[in-house]
Amino acid sequence: MKFLPLVWKNIWRRKFRTVFTLLSIFIAFVLFGILMTIRYSFAFGVEIAGADRLVLIHKVSLIMPLPVSYQTRLQQTKGVEVASHQTWFGGIYQDPSNFFANIAVEPEPFLKIYPEFVLPPEQVQAWRNDRQGAIVGRDLAQRFGWKLGDRVPLTAAIWLPKGGGTTWEFNIVGIYDGGDTVDKTQMFFRYDYLDENRARGQGQVGWYVVKISDPAQAVDLSRTFDEMFANSAAETKTTTEKGFIEGFAKQIGDIGSIMVAISSTVLVMFGLVAASTMAQSVRERTSELAVLKTLGFSGPMILTLVLAESLFIAFTGGLLGLGLAWLFVQGGDPTNGMLPIFVLPPRDVVMGIALMALIGMLAGLMPAIAAMRLKITDALRRT
Amino acid sequence: MQWIKQTLAVLALNIRTIPQRLSSSGVAIVGIAGVVVVFVSVLSIAAGFAAAMQSSGSPDRALVMRSGADSEMTSGLSGTDVDVIKQAPGIRREGQAPLAAAELVVIIDLPKIVSPDAPANVPVRGIGPESIPLRSEFSIVEGRMFKFGTNEVIAGRAAKGQFVHLNVGDTIVSGQNRWDVVGTFESDGGVAETEIWIDARTLQGAYRRGNTYQSLLARLESRESYDAFRDWLTSNPQLNVSIRRENEYYASQSQTLTRLIRTIGFGIAALMGIGAVFGAILTMYTAVATRAREIATLRALGFNTGSVLVSVLAESMVLGLIGGTIGGAAAYLGFNGYQTSTMNFQTFSQVAFAFRVTPQLLALGLFYALLMGLIGGLFPAIRAARLPIPVALREL
Repeated sequence: MKFLPLVWKNIWRRKFRTVFTLLSIFIAFVLFGILMTIRYSFAFGVEIAGADRLVLIHKVSLIMPLPVSYQTRLQQTKGVEVASHQTWFGGIYQDPSNFFANIAVEPEPFLKIYPEFVLPPEQVQAWRNDRQGAIVGRDLAQRFGWKLGDRVPLTAAIWLPKGGGTTWEFNIVGIYDGGDTVDKTQMFFRYDYLDENRARGQGQVGWYVVKISDPAQAVDLSRTFDEMFANSAAETKTTTEKGFIEGFAKQIGDIGSIMVAISSTVLVMFGLVAASTMAQSVRERTSELAVLKTLGFSGPMILTLVLAESLFIAFTGGLLGLGLAWLFVQGGDPTNGMLPIFVLPPRDVVMGIALMALIGMLAGLMPAIAAMRLKITDALRRT
Repeated sequence: MQWIKQTLAVLALNIRTIPQRLSSSGVAIVGIAGVVVVFVSVLSIAAGFAAAMQSSGSPDRALVMRSGADSEMTSGLSGTDVDVIKQAPGIRREGQAPLAAAELVVIIDLPKIVSPDAPANVPVRGIGPESIPLRSEFSIVEGRMFKFGTNEVIAGRAAKGQFVHLNVGDTIVSGQNRWDVVGTFESDGGVAETEIWIDARTLQGAYRRGNTYQSLLARLESRESYDAFRDWLTSNPQLNVSIRRENEYYASQSQTLTRLIRTIGFGIAALMGIGAVFGAILTMYTAVATRAREIATLRALGFNTGSVLVSVLAESMVLGLIGGTIGGAAAYLGFNGYQTSTMNFQTFSQVAFAFRVTPQLLALGLFYALLMGLIGGLFPAIRAARLPIPVALREL
């Protein structure tokens, strides 16, 4: 501990170089934080998908409809807690570039299946009472400045209203909230409103979500469901919600992972460059280290001194960078709805801290070991 | 003249001594090269996707969809609609028959070759006999065209490369349907190459679509006849449709994804650029510091401050140039032509495309590299020019 002032002095002996090394590491970790956030966003939050939820889609593909009559049969199956259906509406608010997900659901079972959507009880009641009622996520409400009681028109892209025209009207009766990893950019409205007023497609739904009582039964139940509807007009394919989201993320393909891979490689390069600069500063001081040894500093002591210095730089730059990235991410999705889940996962924060330790060690260890093994006479003769 | 000669002399001196400062110059070069690799390769994704979309449509063709539909997926046209539309003026006719075809698209799940466990949304397009002469860029490259009225299909070249079971002779199993693949087709590298084509009537039957379609594609008499065609259709009270030129339709579909990739690409490159500039500043300060005496000597000999300043800047830009060239070459060798596919959110279907490292992107990368070199060299250059001669001569 008493050598801290010595370490401190050594760090700032070339202020200029230290400041810029710190800055490079700082930038590298700002980037790291943001990249990990983007990567997580491209994975559609697969890590938080409920293990107790199964998704049933049409065997041909997600866009084919299923009959509403499956509901009763699913609900009666042993091991099923709640079964409910959802239907993609694809409505457009003012302009196609304002894209957000709007889905027709059955309010009560829907809220039972997704307990992570937090909605005040009086708003649940309001939704139950209003056929045209819709609930929206907090982020979505913020984006368009919607308040409770607002009337929102959507232009139909798929389901035209029976009465002619292309516009459907909704009342905002609830604004749901949830933790960091909950997508708060969606709108949900009542299926009965859709079904009674659409020009065609009565009795059709998009897909089913089933909450089961025991996640261990997921595989068996999936098979049961698919066999139940085999050889019918609409055969099904059941997966866990996690599997479903993973499959969806894979459809986006390797684009996200390629971007992250390229950038991480370069990030490692940045780290190495910073490490080489730090290593150089130790090498420049070889003769000083020899003097320290002459004064009676042991090899391990010198190793510690050098490592303390490089670790200090790596952690100071890294933590500040990661901190800034975190602040940036708190500001929310900068692309206006294209990356709905925009959070820096704690797992990646831990990984970042491990990377800082790695860079600090890499930078300090080689020259430190060299310094430790130094023969005093050689080192003093060198200059 | 004198000034330029001096500058060149100092610059030559600087550049000749770069090898002696290799490790410190390396910091700047590696940093700048890294930024250029990321910048160019990320933008090449967007360029490739946009290129695939742009080569998909022709301004000579018009696409008719139900009004309000933002893509073929959400559109719907009845058989009667189609009959009415085909009578519109402005459509090219061969004899009496209009060169126009009503089509429908169904998405089926097929596994990707790279991830056989996960299904991908592959579009199956039901076409009519006019669909082929309508598209002059279409050609069969392997096998033969399917026979109308059968369960035969042909697959696009890109689809065959990305998804399993699409080789000639294979059978596609989708739900209760079996389709025999009899040919592979090309279509100028456009989106259609990620599709499977089949007789529209077979497809309607298989998925209980009755006599309905999703879009109608018409070859125009000439580019100018578009307005007449559109006005006749939009003013017809029997119809509720929207009309777009085919190329504009596809271009608008690439917007969401290209914008997302470009935002990310420029954002990351800008941040990394700051890091690389720090690297360059560090390098150039070291360069100036180690040569403080030489620089002071030159100035004592009568070289003027301007030429010292410019020479340091130029050296830094040379480092930028080297970094930019290495980075551009790495991006080109590593990513140009890389085949992949992604989901187009507007149609919910897969689109295969290749990364494209275009000359414009390389030029942009090089320009960015030079800019980083310039900014990195600025402060060290000023420092070199301002160095008090006696102090510098005494140093070391």
